[in-house]
Amino acid sequence: MGRVMLLLAAVGLLGGATAARPSPASHTRQPAPHTGATQSSQDEGTPVIIASKPFAESYVLAEIFAQLLEARGIAVDRRFGLGATEIAFGALREGAIDIYPEYTGTALAAILGEEMQANAEAVYRHVAGSFRERWDARWLAPLGFENTYAIAVRRETAEELGLATLSDLAREAGGLRAGFTPDFIGRSDGLPGLRAAYGFEAAEVMPLLQAVKYEALVESGVDVIDGYSTDGLIARYDLVVLEDDRGFFPPYEAAGLVNGDFWRRRPDAIAALSELSGLLDEERVREWNRRAESDGDPVAEIARDALAELGLVVSDAEEAVESDLPESAAARESERESATAAESARSPVVGFASYMWQNRADILGHARRHIVLVIVSLAAAALLAVPAGLMLVRVAGGAEGVIRAIGLVQTVPSLALLAFMIPALGIGVVPAVVALFLYSLFPILRNTYTGVRDANPAAVDAARALGMTPAQLLRHVRLPLAAPVIMAGLRTAAVINVGTATIAAFIGAGGLGDPIVAGLALSDTRMILSGAIPAAALALLVDGALGLAEKRVAPGGVAVE
Amino acid sequence: MTSGRDSPARNEREPSAHFDDLPAHFGEPALRAHEVVKRYGATIALDRVSLDVAQGSCVALVGESGSGKTTLLRCFNAMVRPDAGSVDVGGRPVASFDPVALRRGIGYVQQEGGLLPHWPVLRNVALVPWLRGEEDAEEPARAALDRVGLPPARFGDRWPRDLSGGQRQRVAIARALAGTPEIILLDEPFGALDAITRSELRRSFHNLRAGMGVTSLLVTHDLHEAVELADEIAVMKGGALMQVGRPEELLSAPAHGYVEELLKRAGIG
Repeated sequence: MGRVMLLLAAVGLLGGATAARPSPASHTRQPAPHTGATQSSQDEGTPVIIASKPFAESYVLAEIFAQLLEARGIAVDRRFGLGATEIAFGALREGAIDIYPEYTGTALAAILGEEMQANAEAVYRHVAGSFRERWDARWLAPLGFENTYAIAVRRETAEELGLATLSDLAREAGGLRAGFTPDFIGRSDGLPGLRAAYGFEAAEVMPLLQAVKYEALVESGVDVIDGYSTDGLIARYDLVVLEDDRGFFPPYEAAGLVNGDFWRRRPDAIAALSELSGLLDEERVREWNRRAESDGDPVAEIARDALAELGLVVSDAEEAVESDLPESAAARESERESATAAESARSPVVGFASYMWQNRADILGHARRHIVLVIVSLAAAALLAVPAGLMLVRVAGGAEGVIRAIGLVQTVPSLALLAFMIPALGIGVVPAVVALFLYSLFPILRNTYTGVRDANPAAVDAARALGMTPAQLLRHVRLPLAAPVIMAGLRTAAVINVGTATIAAFIGAGGLGDPIVAGLALSDTRMILSGAIPAAALALLVDGALGLAEKRVAPGGVAVE
Repeated sequence: MTSGRDSPARNEREPSAHFDDLPAHFGEPALRAHEVVKRYGATIALDRVSLDVAQGSCVALVGESGSGKTTLLRCFNAMVRPDAGSVDVGGRPVASFDPVALRRGIGYVQQEGGLLPHWPVLRNVALVPWLRGEEDAEEPARAALDRVGLPPARFGDRWPRDLSGGQRQRVAIARALAGTPEIILLDEPFGALDAITRSELRRSFHNLRAGMGVTSLLVTHDLHEAVELADEIAVMKGGALMQVGRPEELLSAPAHGYVEELLKRAGIG
């Protein structure tokens, strides 16, 4: 059942349509152990904005950054799960975030659009130099591990076909179905490059989200996937990683990528983050990823353990903090543990219900933010689109063209729209509201225009022929008769908005998309559902309420089915 | 729900001139069209049509659909603006009136009734007095309802959708009469009704008109109706006027083959 839900959530994400999208982080946002330390003053007052991309390792690394800074007395603001490379890097370039974990190979291929056959150090130097020059963005020293693409197959497939290298795979590809992340399918260091370098042509290529691809492979839904070398799941499922025998994939060294202005402004934060340089290794990271993806451990806890293990945050400091904050992390942790134990004895439904209950404060917070996003964007759209619709009725001429043009906005995928807006609006609530506003315009405008234009033509004609002025016609005849149609447009827009607002999580605007995005990244079905179910309920609620409103605004004497 | 409440606001471009103030010289024809031409793209809807309607008389415009009857009718309340020719109401060119004021002075009934579905019957009927800002707009509305045989106490608060087709047309006629116009334009007012309701309504309209002496221009495709109600019949075809005359004149001396054929088809004469 968990798998089905994951797939559903994944489909929703890809579809970009209504359903559920993002959300995260009840775990990740948990009060990080810390806070207590003395706040150093100066320009250190503003919190450091830390972001991650929407996959488990990125969450873990970002949380390690965050907790390390907090342990050094520096306040942080977490904006995890940003949509993808374009959105995360776009936000960094514009100064909307200060730092996020990135990989040199990704930077080289996906951001710089270059190819390079070289060792890790040379690639790091090249990338760091280019970023500094072109965008004034700085690479902190490498963290010490690489996370390259790991093209993986089931062990029995490898044995049956005798696969050990990517060249072997290319030879047998005609009989295999591939499941790759959309990211991999598109980027030059992904499928297109693989085709060019190895002549790899699979029988079929399905786009699969990170969160579902391992399951798809294990269940034989596909035969080959793009994993990451540090994925915890490769070992768990006993998969075979094929050797890149032609050295196609560039090195993907992990490091913090920071905004240039932040680099100059906050030497304190840079110094603290630099403590991590070279300390991580693949084995450690794989273990953390496994805990996040397979065990469902909270990211905050993994990061805390990691920092202790690395000797960067002393453990008695932790204890001190826990006693400082009896209500928060520590208390909830033990509550969660006992709940988890008890849960195994119970049905999954009861287990989920208790999960929802434990996280009710987070979920309510997400829901509240979600509702604010929807209401603000919808109100703004109505304020513009209703008068605009009325005006279009009067000008008649180009009305259809204008409405069709506005309708084009509907065809822009939401993630793309958000990415376009980063240069002007950065990330967070503002661009999310603007995007939702844009998506709301069309249904309201269209319904206002057609509702008023088509309002009972006989009645309008007679009223005009008996001496109503155009203004009187509008106010006393057309508008009242069109009211239910206009309200139906608002209702459509609102329901679309509730669904679409889940993508706000991809640009750090929060809402019920938060737990969905984080849950997808961490393969945590319960977390996904803790966002998806309230979002669906909210959509139903909004639909029902506005359906009633539709009947309400229908003038007496006019029936609404 | 009463028509008297919330009278139209001043800022809704209240027409300055009131039709009632103007047509003092209702001398000869109450309505006159002279060489009127109206084109819609390549189609000629009215082809140099001339017609006089004497004060207090009823003229029926007959002809097939598309013959230009409705277009001609709507020239008289400025709902259609002719491309050429002149249209006078009460001896004054229509173009010289404020169209809104003109329309408030002329009754109008259309085939579908055109009642405002979201207004109760009484408020519908009180439309014109209310638009004119009359103090008690409901009083003439009640009187008009009585006149068309719908006691306001029983029907005033009903929604149009709760009435029968015949009752709705009666309300539409009452609405056209509530402003006590000197002229009333009717566009197939009984066209959508069943035969029995229709003849009943025709009879009451005939009596009403006789009682009120209102000048009427009636569009119909039904020659029987024209013969029964009208003092004069104007036969139109393809935008042109074929013949105008009293019913018996048409019967005895059809001026045109088409008129003869029309009469024959209707089983008249």
